[in-house]
Amino acid sequence: MYYLEALNIIKQYENHRALDGVTVQVPENCIYGLLGPNGAGKTTLIRIINQITAPDSGIVNIRERCLCEEDISRIGYLPEERGLYKKMKVGEQIVYLARLKGMSKNDAQHEMHYWLEKFGIGNWEKKRVEELSKGMQQKIQFITTVIHKPELLIFDEPFSGFDPVNANLLKQEILELKEKGATVIFSTHNMNSVEELCDEITLINRSKAVLSGHVHDIRERHKKNLFRIRTAAPLPESLSHEYKIIDKRQKGDYVESIVMKNGNLAPSELILHLARLCQLSAFEEILPTMNEIFIDTVNANLYE
Amino acid sequence: MNKISLIIQQEYLSRVKKKSFILMTLLTPLLFIAVMLVPTWLAKAGDNEHRNIVIADQTGLYESVFTDTGNYSFHYTTQHITPRYDTDGDSEETYAYIVISDNLLNNPKGIVIYSEKQVNVDFKSTVEQLINTYLTEEKIASYNIPDIKKLIADSKTNINIATIRLEEDGTEAETSTELATIIGIISTIAIYMFLLLYGVQVMQAVMQEKTSRIVEVMVSSVKPFDLMFGKITAIGLVGLTQFIIWAIFITGIIFPMGILFGAGKMSTEATNALSSMQGLPATTLPSEAFDNIEYLINGIHFPELFICFILFFIGGYMLYSSLFAAIGSAVDSESDTQQFMVPVTVIIIVALYLGIYSAQSPDSGIALWSSLFPFTSPIVMMVRIPFGVPAWQIVLSLAILFASFIGAIWISSRIYRVGILMYGKKIGYKEIAKWIKYKE
Repeated sequence: MYYLEALNIIKQYENHRALDGVTVQVPENCIYGLLGPNGAGKTTLIRIINQITAPDSGIVNIRERCLCEEDISRIGYLPEERGLYKKMKVGEQIVYLARLKGMSKNDAQHEMHYWLEKFGIGNWEKKRVEELSKGMQQKIQFITTVIHKPELLIFDEPFSGFDPVNANLLKQEILELKEKGATVIFSTHNMNSVEELCDEITLINRSKAVLSGHVHDIRERHKKNLFRIRTAAPLPESLSHEYKIIDKRQKGDYVESIVMKNGNLAPSELILHLARLCQLSAFEEILPTMNEIFIDTVNANLYE
Repeated sequence: MNKISLIIQQEYLSRVKKKSFILMTLLTPLLFIAVMLVPTWLAKAGDNEHRNIVIADQTGLYESVFTDTGNYSFHYTTQHITPRYDTDGDSEETYAYIVISDNLLNNPKGIVIYSEKQVNVDFKSTVEQLINTYLTEEKIASYNIPDIKKLIADSKTNINIATIRLEEDGTEAETSTELATIIGIISTIAIYMFLLLYGVQVMQAVMQEKTSRIVEVMVSSVKPFDLMFGKITAIGLVGLTQFIIWAIFITGIIFPMGILFGAGKMSTEATNALSSMQGLPATTLPSEAFDNIEYLINGIHFPELFICFILFFIGGYMLYSSLFAAIGSAVDSESDTQQFMVPVTVIIIVALYLGIYSAQSPDSGIALWSSLFPFTSPIVMMVRIPFGVPAWQIVLSLAILFASFIGAIWISSRIYRVGILMYGKKIGYKEIAKWIKYKE
């Protein structure tokens, strides 16, 4: 079952079409990546899911029924451009934003203390936001996003502007939230985090969804028959076109080669073939990184 | 809990609890009292320096004219003295020399004051008054009419016309045009200040939310309209709170104090100041006009005035502040606000001028129309109410005002919802007109 479906979303701005029939289907309890270069329409899609703007056509379903105003409290949103009320005290701010999401005052205070303790910043409650460093403000911002225990979390470029320590903390928290049953959507350019975190992705380019599916499937689909092979002696050139050596490198007492397999050959056949030629100590298929897939797809799109 | 009321509560409390608000609210009435009392006090205190004046009267006619007063000692001589700059610096310094060289009835220019420093106005007018009184009496005496002084005293009249306004219910209310003017002008200036001050506060609050980027978090929780409306309402309530505190202060402190310190004198000066402000001839109003000030104050319906002030403030504030909110949402920084601020402030200032004009002729056509036109009505109507305005005009004016503010809020909210999420773009009027037409 899909937790969230955005079907055939079209959003037309005056001079350009921000989203052109984009469909995104997010399964329950998964981490879903929205990828795409700047200006592709990710933020517009996120704003539509948050009901900040409405699509010109297309529908958004949550748990197989139409998204409605009450669903606001089910969603936690960390926008790309982050901000807090500078003059307000940390505690006041967190409770205020939590209450706007529909929490009662007592629940909000209780949850706030849990999170402040968790991040080891219990003594900040009475500080003004402007007194805090950027990193500290980011922690507060994160708390305000998750405090009302949303079923769906949306992070727009969550790692931009976070220092490595906070970024790692954020990563851990996202995984923990998923474990507790939340569904997470995040948009990012940071492909490493996609491989690390995302179960499924949609790549949006120039207002259209150009690629979507499980991260693993996508990488499988885009593999280029490349293998990393470790042998004791240098690998001889293939005589019958079973493989082609792309790169060969002496590393200590062994040789590492990158070879491209003939498409008609199964990997196991290649192993057998190689084992006959030399002493094989390692054999590994190279899957393309999401980064490569991203760049390839976007560039391929460019020439369409 | 309803989200709008939550926003109102948060915004209201955070503003009312601010130190600057508490200080402003408490200090302004004190400042107001000071402005009223200080000129009176200064005039009473005056300067008490004792001064010696030498009178060189070559005609010998005017010895009896100059009698010592509290501040001035006159030393009379018929000798011919040539005043010159005193270099000795002795202790008994002469402040000024009055040289009379001719009979002043024949030659009014026969008197000159010499001094080292420019003589002050008080001294000059004291001398002029002494001479004039004497010369007038001399002249009258020269007509040789018996009992002339008594005749003149008899011919002096002193009339202060009582103005009585006929009320709808058949009663009569003794009124004072002067008092109505004062109260009208005070309420007009007050409402003008409140509109501008709190309108600009709304604009800054909206801009702050936009520039600190909190707004995107906010609109993911509440509708932009709720956020804007909550903010406008909260700031308006802050304004009302301040007004009510001031009203309590003024009725509780200034009125008893005014009666204690002699309301007549203070109020006369206040009226003079006000009438000169309006460009009216600064006539000295007979102080009898204020002898029965308490009685006259009863002629003004304060509860009605108070309720009207609140209603017109709410209407005018909602109208203007929704425009200010739209401006705040459309711009990225304070410096970009100018092009939008100017038209709005010009309208407000024109309204103030119309209000002050209406104080002079509260029933003229311009006064009537500008007290119905929504952008000027809150300011102009307040000046007219103390003079008595038919109820239907007030009701009609309020109806137009409230209808317009609902329209203004609707338009502004359409600008607002687009503006707050729009960054890094120079915005013109054309662009804003397009935003109004965007659908949800």
